[in-house]
Parts: sequence; C-alpha cells; structure tokens
Amino acid sequence: MTSANETMTSDTILKVEHLSMRFGGLMAINDLSLEVKRGEITALIGPNGAGKTTVFNCITGFYKPTMGMITLRQKAGKEFLLERLTDFEITKHAKVARTFQNIRLFSGLTVLENLLVAQHNKLMKASGYTVMGLIGLGSYKREAEASIELARHWLERADLTDRADDPAGDLPYGAQRRLEIARAMCTGPELLCLDEPAAGLNPRESLALNTLLNGIRDETGTSILLIEHDMSVVMEISDHVVVLEYGQKISDGNPDHVKNDPKVIAAYLGVEDDEVEEVIAEELDGGTL
Amino acid sequence: MEYFIQQLLNGLTLGSIYGLVAIGYTMVYGIIGMINFAHGDIFMLGGFAALIVFLILTSFFAGIPVALALLVMLVVAMLVTSLWNWTIERVAYRPLRGSFRLAPLITAIGMSIVLSNFIQVTQGPRNKPVPPLVNDVYHFGSITVSLKQILIVIVTSVLLAAFWYIVNKTPLGRAQRATEQDRKMAALLGVDVDRTISITFVMGAALAAVAGTMYLMYYGVASFNDGFIPGVKAFTAAVLGGIGSLPGAVLGGLLIGLIESLWSAYFSIAYKDVATFAILAFVLIFKPTGILGRPEVEKV
Amino acid sequence: MSNANSPATDAAPGLMAKALREGLFAGLLAFGMFLLYVGVETYQNIDNALVWRMRWGLLAVFVAIAAVGRFLVVGFIRPNIDRRKLSKAKAGLLEVSEDKGFFHRHFLKIAMIALVLYPPVIVTLYGVQGSLKFVDNFGIQILIYVMLAWGLNVVVGLAGLLDLGYVAFYAVGAYSYALLSDHFGLSFWVLLPMAGILAAFWGIILGFPVLRLRGDYLAIVTLAFGEIIRLVLMNWSEVTGGTAGISGVAKASIFGIYSFDVGASNNFAKSFGLPMSSAYYKIFLFYVILALCLITAYVTIRLRRMPIGRAWEALREDEIACRSLGIDTVKTKLTAFAIGAMFGGFAGSFFAARQGFVSPESFVFLESAVILAIVVLGGMGSLTGIAIAAVVMIGGTEALREMEFLKHIFGPDFTPELYRMLLFGLAMVVVMLFKPRGFVGSREPTAFLKERKSVSGSFTKEGHG
Repeated sequence: MTSANETMTSDTILKVEHLSMRFGGLMAINDLSLEVKRGEITALIGPNGAGKTTVFNCITGFYKPTMGMITLRQKAGKEFLLERLTDFEITKHAKVARTFQNIRLFSGLTVLENLLVAQHNKLMKASGYTVMGLIGLGSYKREAEASIELARHWLERADLTDRADDPAGDLPYGAQRRLEIARAMCTGPELLCLDEPAAGLNPRESLALNTLLNGIRDETGTSILLIEHDMSVVMEISDHVVVLEYGQKISDGNPDHVKNDPKVIAAYLGVEDDEVEEVIAEELDGGTL
Repeated sequence: MEYFIQQLLNGLTLGSIYGLVAIGYTMVYGIIGMINFAHGDIFMLGGFAALIVFLILTSFFAGIPVALALLVMLVVAMLVTSLWNWTIERVAYRPLRGSFRLAPLITAIGMSIVLSNFIQVTQGPRNKPVPPLVNDVYHFGSITVSLKQILIVIVTSVLLAAFWYIVNKTPLGRAQRATEQDRKMAALLGVDVDRTISITFVMGAALAAVAGTMYLMYYGVASFNDGFIPGVKAFTAAVLGGIGSLPGAVLGGLLIGLIESLWSAYFSIAYKDVATFAILAFVLIFKPTGILGRPEVEKV
Repeated sequence: MSNANSPATDAAPGLMAKALREGLFAGLLAFGMFLLYVGVETYQNIDNALVWRMRWGLLAVFVAIAAVGRFLVVGFIRPNIDRRKLSKAKAGLLEVSEDKGFFHRHFLKIAMIALVLYPPVIVTLYGVQGSLKFVDNFGIQILIYVMLAWGLNVVVGLAGLLDLGYVAFYAVGAYSYALLSDHFGLSFWVLLPMAGILAAFWGIILGFPVLRLRGDYLAIVTLAFGEIIRLVLMNWSEVTGGTAGISGVAKASIFGIYSFDVGASNNFAKSFGLPMSSAYYKIFLFYVILALCLITAYVTIRLRRMPIGRAWEALREDEIACRSLGIDTVKTKLTAFAIGAMFGGFAGSFFAARQGFVSPESFVFLESAVILAIVVLGGMGSLTGIAIAAVVMIGGTEALREMEFLKHIFGPDFTPELYRMLLFGLAMVVVMLFKPRGFVGSREPTAFLKERKSVSGSFTKEGHG
C-alpha cells in the first residue's frame, strides 16, 4: 500500500532543510532535514523529548528556528518560506493548520462557533472587513451561509452533528480531539499538522480517528503531518515515517522500513540490537511501543 | 552636582517607602496571582494608625522620647493593619480563590473604595496635620540630610534584610515559595496553603504599615485618599521591577522614587507622575516582564 | 424524616458552642480593627492643633454588630442554608425554571417601552420642574453608565482584555466636544461622531504598543495611560483650562431646529409658548442618550454575530488557538480597543453637552473602576446583565442622595451622601462574593444549527489580556 502511494505522488509539499532550534544551552533540534509528500500521511515519531513538538512549533511559526529553511509548496505552485512568516500568516497565507498536544478549543463557544471562527479570514473578506457586513451590503450573507454549510460538513465527518450547539468545553475528550481536527480543516489547509491526535483515546475512538484522517487525505487531498505515540495508528495510516531522537533524524522511510530499522529499535528500547527483534515484534502486536 | 546629590537622596527616601509598599503587591501577586488593589489603602490605614497612636501618646506622656514614640507607633500600626489585611483576605478574597479571575480583582477594588471611604467617614475628609516628630538636620557641605531621611532608609534596609531572611532561610519562607510555584503540589506535600497565604497578607500589611508611618513622618500629614496615588505608584514599582520578584519590587520602588524627584527637580513638578507612568509604559513595551521579572515562556 | 432531623438537634449544643466561640472571636477582631479608627475621633481644635477623644459607644456598636452577626451566621443562618441544600439534594430536585414567565420572555420589549415612556410619566406625576431630578439623576446618569459599560464590555467582556484606563476615552470624547465647539463653534451633532472617531483614534494609538502585553501588565499600562491623560488635562492649562476645566460648553440642540439656549430666538420653550425650564433640555438629553445606548447595543449585537465579534470572543477563550487559525490577534485586539474607545468617546461628548462643563475631576481612576465593576457585576459579555448592574449600582447610590428620611433616624448631622461610595464598595464586594460571574453568567451563542442553547458560565473563560 505504501509503496504504491509513493510512486503515485512524488510531489513534495513541505521541505525542512538543516533545521536547528536552540533553547539556551539546549539543542532541541539539530540539523534536521525532512520532506512531506503531497497527499500523504507522514508520521513524526520518537521517544519523549526527541523534539517532535518543537519541529511542529517551528513549522507553524510559534517558534523562530535558530537556523534552517522550511519551504512549503502549494498545489498551485506558490512557495512560502515558513521561517520568515509569523504564526497566523502561516495559516492564513501558506495554508498550514495545526492542532495542539493539550487540546486548545474555545471552550465557552459552541462547537459550531468553533468551526466558524476557523473561517475567520474568508468571512472577514466577505463582510468587507466588517463595515459592509454591518450595514448589510456585499456578499456577507451568502458567505455566512456557506460557512455554516462547511461547518456542517466537517461536523458530519467528525461525527459531532448532534453536539453542534453545545459548548465545546462540554464535549468528552475524544470528541474534543475530533473537533480540533475539524476546526483545523475549516481553515482550508493544504498541510494539516496534528500533535498527538490519538493521545488519550480509547480503541474505538482511535479507530474512528483513523477513518477520519484517511478520509481527509483521500477526499480533500490534504497532506497530513502527525506526531504520534500510538504505534497502531502510526503503522496503520501513515505512508511515511520519520523518527527523531535527541533532535536528530535517525530513520526515515515507509512504516515497514522504520519498524525494522535497528537504530529505531535501539532508540526506543535502549538495548543491544540482536536482543531486540523479538521484543519489538511482541510490542507491536500489543499495539503500543 | 550638590543639587543632584540632594535630589538623589530625596528620591532614595521616597523610593524606600514605595519599595516597602511594592513588596506587599508583589508578594500577593506572586502567591495568588491577584492585583491587591486595596493594598494602597492598607498603607493609608497604617499611616492613620500611627497618627492616632502618636496623638494618644503625646497627650498622655508629653515628654516621651521620640525613638520610643516611633517604635510604639510602628508596632501598633503593624498590628492593626495586619488584622485588617488578614480579615479582608478571609472575607473578601479567600471565598473567591480559584473562581473567575476578575472576581477577586473587583472585590479588591471594592475593598479599596470601602477602606478609603471608611476612613473618610470615621476620621473626616480633611487632611490631618501632625507636628514634625523628627527635626534634626545634618549638613554635609551644601547637602542637607535630615534625620527623617536617614531613619527611613535605615528602617527600610533593616526590614528588607529581615524580610529577605524570612523568605529565603525559614520554613515559612520555603512554604511561601512552594505555594507560589505550585499551590496544589505544595498542599499535597503538607504545606498549609491557606495559612501561608494569610501570613503573606499579614507580612505585606506589616510592611505597608511601616511605609505608612514613614510617609506620615516624612510629609507630616495624613488623608483618607492617601492610599490611591502612592498605592498606584508602588504597584507601578512592583511591575517595573518585575512583578513576583522581591528584589525587583525594591529596585522598582527606588527607581520610581528617583524618577519622581529628579524629574521634579530638573523638568516640572506638574508632570512628575506623567513621567513615572510614561517610563513604566516604555519599560513594559520593550521588556514586558519588568526589569528583574522572569521571562514568560509561551507554552504552546 | 425524624431520623434525618435527629443528628441536627444532637449537634446543636456543639454548634452553639462553636457559634459562641466564633462570635466572640469576631468581636475581638472587630475591637482590634476598629479601636483606633472608630473608637478614637481626631479633630482640629480652635488652635488648629489635632486632638482626639474616645467614641466608646460607637465602637461598642461596631463590635456588637460583628460579634452578634458572626454568631447568627455560624449558629443559625449557615446550618439553615446547608439543611435546605441537603433536603433539596435528597429530593433530587434541580432548580429548572423551564417555563419562563411573560415578563421574562418579553423583558426587552417591556424595558424599551418603559424607558420611552419614563419622561412623560414622570412629568405627569411630578410636574415639569419636579421631573428634573428623576430624569437627570436617575435617567440620564444611569444611561451614561450603561453606555460606558457596554462600550467597555466590548474590550473586557468580549475580547477579554483588562482595561483599567477606560475613562481616558471618555475624557477624550468630552474634551474633544468642549474644545472643538468652543473654538470652531461646531454643533453637537457634528462633534458627536467626531468625538467618537477621535477617541477611537486614541484607542488605536494607545493600544498599538500595549496590546502585545499580556495579562495584568496590560491592566497596569492601561491604568497608567488613563492617569497620563488625566494629568495632562490637569496640567496643560493653556489648552484645557487645567483643574478648573472648561465651562460654558455649548448645549446640544434639536438638530439645529430648536435650541435650548435661554437667549436664542428658536428656544424650545419659547417656540411652544411653554414656561422656561431646564427640564425640557434634560428630557431631550434623556432621549439622546437612550438613542446612543440603543445604537451601542445594536452595534454590539451585530458585531458579535460577525467574524470580528466571534474572533474577539475566541481571543478571550484562547489566544494561541486563534493564531493557529490564521487570525491576526493584534488587529483583532486593536479593533476591540478602538470600538470600545469610540463608544467611550460618544458618551464623553454627550457628558460634556449635558454638564456644560468638563474638568479632570470627572475622569479619575475611580470612574474606570466603577465602569469595570458594572461590566463584571453584570456578567461579562451580557448586555442585559450589565444594564441591570448599572441600574442597581448607580441607581442605588443615587437613591441614597434622596434618602432624607434617614436624617430623622440618625439625626440632622447625618449626610447620606457621605456613605454613598462606602456602600458602593461594599455592594461590589458582596455581589462578587455571591455571584462571582455577575448577574447574568451565561452566554448566548452567536449561531446555531438546531437550537439556541445558552452556554453556562462555567465554560467561558475570562481572557488573560
């Protein structure tokens, strides 16, 4: 399955070159280069403290990298140097959306409102930057209806239609995770960055997440970059896996390749390579690593 | 040059007073993250307590030594304001702890209004002058240093040293620092959080009372609305130095005192407060956590 | 049932002992707190020297109130409340008032009609001259605060930015009107929008550097800017008239058709052959401020349903999430600041036209605090709650001015006005203690798929800016 995808889409959407990020004396990321292919699900894995979230924060502009270049190439061919843009511009112009490890919803707004806020820039334009909308001119009314339709679409995909008018803070944990993804999708991204989307989900919710993500990739063509600890999710849905340890890339390839890479096994288990094979096989069957 | 040194001394004196009040703001902010707007009025209560004690003392013991009178004033003022601040914390702030963030701010503003108006009602709206307690003045060349100023700086320094010792070297200080870092964890490890917070309010009030007494001695007058402007300046000092930081509060206080006296001396008295506030705004715009404040790391 | 009651009666002796102990403690505490301030009266004698005398009686009253009050609370009131709560919990009854009354459902319409009819009703009841006090002190005064609080609500309630210097924009509006009408003779109706625009402009100028600041730093800098503006108004005497302020500010006219200037040929009272009275001007002003309030409410309600308004509320909930969704948070904050300031400016120019006089006295920090208190007491973001809070707090303190009968109780020296702010402060504390989220704690959603359900206050956040 994975090899087929690789030949199908060879186009690269995101290219990270020689990225380094230093916090005081700590080198959180050290000369990291990686690529995300268009229309694929790429997983970024690694032990705790490997610098995965830092990579995300650099890509989405919440941190300014110490060194390196991050290039995003849109479908239409337009290129953006993400390290030169601030956080909101990356979402607004470069079309990169993200979610957070510890969910960040607008808990006092309803589920629907959360999805409408995500369509802010489009709606601002349609409302003539508020002025026209306030006096009832222009295309605001039409756009507002369209935005509710889009929200309805993503509510259905995330299985949240029944809870649309409830406060986001009132949803159970798994639903909040799905809502955050739906909200990110409402910004119309070309690249979706998910920070541990399966964390804290039960097996059934985890399965629903897989379906949602596969659906996003297959139907919208949105490329996905995700950080994940849950190996069942990683192995099942990703087309490509990048492994980090101590801020450096130690392995890169399709899930099967990475799964059998001795460096990865050593990084995760910290034992001699020859002892590892059987242990890893057991762990994988159990679903987690 | 002499003029400059003279103004420097005046600024230092005033700054010591602001610093003492600023500590109360910074400690409370550090431990429960609340702007205690009523703290300026606690300072004013301290001044009034000292004034009343002074009146009583001089009418009963006409020839009482100044040092003894001052000591009694200080002690009584510290006790009374401590009682007030302890009660206010229990009644108006503690029930709201952990609730809506703006609620304690509003009760604190309410308390501030209550305290100043309480004194206006019970003690009258007019300024209360007291005869100067300490008159001695020393001359060094053309620089004049009054005993008042020396006293203020000495008392402040001694108190700061004692205070530094309490916060850094005693179990109580450790409990305070732990509560400041993580209230829940501190409670789990056996720190009596409520008691620690109460003591913080009491300590802040005691320092404010000392500042209030010094202020009374320095200016020789007390008024019910003396709480607001010095209070805002002391809070400004706390923020300028980096709120939550004790040395920052003192540094901020001294800076505000210096800015105020130097600006009055060289530019215009009318705009001295404008200068203070403008400098605060500038510092915060370029260094948003104050001079000695820990940089706030944005957690994503 | 008897079983359930027996532990309560068993506990009674212990409870009484506890109540006594706590009452005694409260009395002691009150004695310590009030001994100096209440027990001792300081006053200046004929020689202008400060002297003192004891007020034992008054001190005893204070101590007794504290002790008895605490005793009653611990011994009777609190167990009573607990028992009621317990029985309610046992019965499994949750207070759900599904059926809203007629009054509740049509609250807004009724309030509107009552407000429009207020001046004529008062005039018929008290006569033209007698209506002055009611229309001015209770009508206009309250509505000015409603408007100011609704304006500040955009900044604090919706966008979650703590602004402690809001009164600065009120001042900008008032002085803009006073100065521009004085120097250029422009009319109220030209200057009203201009004052709003100028205030918004100042909002942007002041907001631009400070909106990067977070949390309480923003609060203190806005307070500082408020004080700076007041101090400049106070000291820049050549332009602003210093502490004396500007007097003789032109009155508003009925769109230039009728004037309220006594000497003018098109004077309103003269034109209609009515006896001269300043009440007509006040009644006219009442409708002007009512209209301004309605515009403020309309604009706020509309804006909440537009992307900018939703972005404000989202900003209050989580700024980082906003940025991750491509929202320019600086611009969003600036618009909130500017629009809040604009309403403040409108209110300011109205204030100047009503008083005929502006001075820095009217724009002290206390005013900012009062406006903020009304926003928080009302329930952040809720227009109805804020209006109720303004009526209760401003109307309540104004009413105190009128309580002449208290003089009969406390003696002729008693001036209720002196206690106005004291009670205002106490009310702030008490309301917050019982209703930390204000009178209306829930939030109305701005869009819905199937049904509009209000969001409980426990989910909304208060912002950190």
